[in-house]
Amino acid sequence: MGRWIQLLVLTFFSPHLFAQEMSFNLRPGVTAISEQVYGLHMTIFYICCAIGVLVFGAMFWSIYHHRKSKGAVPAQFHESTKVEIIWTIIPFIILIGMAIPATKTLLAMEDPSDADITIQVTGSQWKWHYKYFDQDLEFYSVMASDWDEVNGKLEKRKNYLLEVDHPLVLPIGKKVRFLMTSEDVIHSWWVPDFAVKKDANPGFINEAWTIIDKPGIYRGQCAELCGKDHGFMPIVVIAKPQAEYDAWLAEKEAAYLAKQAQELELVAMTMQQDELMSLGEKVYEKSCAACHQVNGLGLPGVFPALKDSPIALGDVTKHIEVVVNGEPGTAMQAFGKQLGLKELAAVITYERNAWGNDTGDLVQAKDVVAVQNAAQ
Amino acid sequence: MSTISDVHSDHEEHHHAPRGLMRWVLTTNHKDIGSMYLWFSFAMFIVGGAMAMIIRAELFQPGLQLVEPNFFNQMTTVHGLIMVFGAVMPAFTGLANWLVPMMIGAPDMALPRMNNWSFWILPFAFSILLASLFMEGGGPNFGWTFYAPLSTKYSPDSTALFVFAIHIMGISSIMGAINVIVTIMNLRAPGMTYMKLPLFVWTWFITAFLLIAVMPVLAGAVTMVLTDKYFGTSFFDAAGGGDPVLFQHIFWFFGHPEVYIMILPSFGIISAIVPAFSRKPLFGYSSMVYATASIAGLSFVVWAHHMFTTGMPVEAELFFMFCTMLISVPTGVKVFNWVATMWKGSLTFETPMLFAIAFIVLFTIGGFSGLMLAITPVDFQYHDTYFVVAHFHYVLVTGAIFSIMAAAYYWLPKWSGRMYDEGLGRLHFWCSLVSVNVLFFPMHFLGLGGMPRRIPDYALQFADVNAIVSIGGFAFGLSQFIFLYLVIKCIRSGEPAPAKPWEGAEGLEWDNLPSPAPYHSFTTPPEIK
Ligand code: HEC
Ligand SMILES: [Cu+2]
Repeated sequence: MGRWIQLLVLTFFSPHLFAQEMSFNLRPGVTAISEQVYGLHMTIFYICCAIGVLVFGAMFWSIYHHRKSKGAVPAQFHESTKVEIIWTIIPFIILIGMAIPATKTLLAMEDPSDADITIQVTGSQWKWHYKYFDQDLEFYSVMASDWDEVNGKLEKRKNYLLEVDHPLVLPIGKKVRFLMTSEDVIHSWWVPDFAVKKDANPGFINEAWTIIDKPGIYRGQCAELCGKDHGFMPIVVIAKPQAEYDAWLAEKEAAYLAKQAQELELVAMTMQQDELMSLGEKVYEKSCAACHQVNGLGLPGVFPALKDSPIALGDVTKHIEVVVNGEPGTAMQAFGKQLGLKELAAVITYERNAWGNDTGDLVQAKDVVAVQNAAQ
Repeated sequence: MSTISDVHSDHEEHHHAPRGLMRWVLTTNHKDIGSMYLWFSFAMFIVGGAMAMIIRAELFQPGLQLVEPNFFNQMTTVHGLIMVFGAVMPAFTGLANWLVPMMIGAPDMALPRMNNWSFWILPFAFSILLASLFMEGGGPNFGWTFYAPLSTKYSPDSTALFVFAIHIMGISSIMGAINVIVTIMNLRAPGMTYMKLPLFVWTWFITAFLLIAVMPVLAGAVTMVLTDKYFGTSFFDAAGGGDPVLFQHIFWFFGHPEVYIMILPSFGIISAIVPAFSRKPLFGYSSMVYATASIAGLSFVVWAHHMFTTGMPVEAELFFMFCTMLISVPTGVKVFNWVATMWKGSLTFETPMLFAIAFIVLFTIGGFSGLMLAITPVDFQYHDTYFVVAHFHYVLVTGAIFSIMAAAYYWLPKWSGRMYDEGLGRLHFWCSLVSVNVLFFPMHFLGLGGMPRRIPDYALQFADVNAIVSIGGFAFGLSQFIFLYLVIKCIRSGEPAPAKPWEGAEGLEWDNLPSPAPYHSFTTPPEIK
């Protein structure tokens, strides 16, 4: 009961309410297509309103005037082929009027030819991966809101649930083609301001495209139920003018190559337990805790516990294999390509020494490389 | 038709047979079975409603307060399954059991033992489904549409129970449908030609064919899920040469006709109630029959409008868009006919009529949003948002469920032989009407504003509207207990009802049977004018 009163009070007095504006209608968006879509939406809406006014008007007229209490005597007509034909034909004509512009827009939307840039968008439980086809650049994009915000331990910041660590950056005025696919279940990539929503199906590739007119930050969410954290899979796109985009791209590519070079050096290095454990904890909370839980207990029957798990306590190589290659056909993804060598070594070390799993084993980058090489 | 009087003599013996609980377990009487269906449906309505309350309580505020996301997903899934297969469909079967024999002048359903069986397997199906929630790993959490591979590779261990429960529900529906068809084709009183059948009978007749056509498809879909998950097949797995989108085609080939299964009998109910309280014959009887049949026919060629974002060829998208838009024509004809029936009538507004009028207006609003959803380019924006949630709750709650309520009020005097309390009925109506709109109307705005469906938490700008929606939800849930109280009060202590309590009512059940209707409705066939 106390909880309910608290919730009620919170609803009516909490500061964030009324602070952020919600749009009550579709937004026209920032592409030629999204504006056409908005136009279609308003047209069909007005048509429905007009029909509604006529039909409900007639009905309420008769509710008011033809009531028994006003002495209305029932007429006995019950058929008129002429009327029936008229009210079959008129809706038909309205529908044709509606179908023509809808068809035009649809044909334009489904024509991804002559694209300037191609981005591969891959969904997986519960993050997006973007790969720039013509550049040496790919990265994961994960929700950046803190889980403590979700659980009410921290105040919810602006753009709660709609912030990611690495947004997708695109140039304006260029035709961008998206190739959508998925690594596990079906996801759906949706950015309302572009009027783009396309399912990411595992094992298949879908196409969509957009030309963004205005620079800005555009937000969306995964739109197909994809498991536990479906609600925590946002999309952020930053649209920049070409010059800024080029600069961003150059910087990112350089950083990407530097990182790869650094990975090679890591193989020769040995890290200390403290360093491994503190990095490992961070990586674990970001990449693993959604399923295996912060306390390592998992969700019984869905995600296994890592505390006291035979793999985390058993053979090191087997443990590395599971994390690097995943368990095909289960929700356990292959993290070998998602995390760097250092992070992999750290998180595995962490799992083998946290929550009372005191194996004392330290995993180094070179151990991970050994498993990766063995797999090839 | 002619055998009715021969059967008559041996009815007398098992009339007084078992008493107490066994009477209900062993009964083959259409009225007993109809009542059990209706009570069962109401119980499921409360259980599914309780799950909706959990959902709305969690969504009352942004952030996660009450439940974990995985449990939230189980609630949305099981809420949907229970409402569709446990509340709406059994309610219609219950109404068919009660009304079809009385309306066509028959003593009972044609296949009484199968009737008993088709009801009694249902409680088992739902016990299995509900029990799976308590298994390790939880119950079904992949949405009532159970898209693969979320429902195959990635689903909880309890999925086999889910599959088994759906199979039983499907068998029950098919048996119910066979019974309706056989009864209507064989037990009509002499002179009751097809074009004299009340529209409720007609709409159920067509619905029964839809059921027989598509429930096996659903059975196929769940079986493929079962073998994909447990026996290594790859119907829906690209790695083994399958296709996850194939699942959606199969599911919606069942699912779209299913939508009409849940609304065609409503059309029949409204077509009985509106003329009764307008004191004027139904306008355009034959066009109503043809409209029902064409809606049923079209329902087989529109399934992929649920799948526009899956990446179909543009030609297919166009085909399904046009066919879907076309459905609004026969549906429109129905609405126009009801309004024309009221036009120049002599209207009174007892509770059944109130629900019927609310049905016409609110179902039409659901139809409008359906038409908007049919426009493929715009559907890309609406799809999988709260706009869709608003749409199907308008057609299912203020559509199907309101019509069931209307039917319950309308025929309650005939069933129980007593009048319900009109004041309480109106209270129930107005509470439901206001709260249901506070509950579902703002969902349109949430969807247009960009809130996806099936999420346990949302961005801050959706907070106020969600709070309002939740309050509407709690109010709507509570209002239904007025109905429960009213029904119990009516059965125990209502005023005795005359054979025909509604001045304008027409049909064999009012003109030829007393209230309450006798145990074996017509032991000799009535004369049909
Ligand atoms: C999307 C959910 C998910 C995420 C995220 C996830 N796992 Fe897993 N993990 C699973 C599932 C499911 C299994 C069980 C696989 C099976 O059935 O064999 C598993 C199994 C494991 C196992 C084997 C445990 C055992 O006793 O069998 C280890 C070790 C493991 N995961 C480590 C990790 C690490 C390290 C991370 C983060 C880098 C991680 N997991 C992230 C879902 C996940
Ligand atoms: Cu997703």
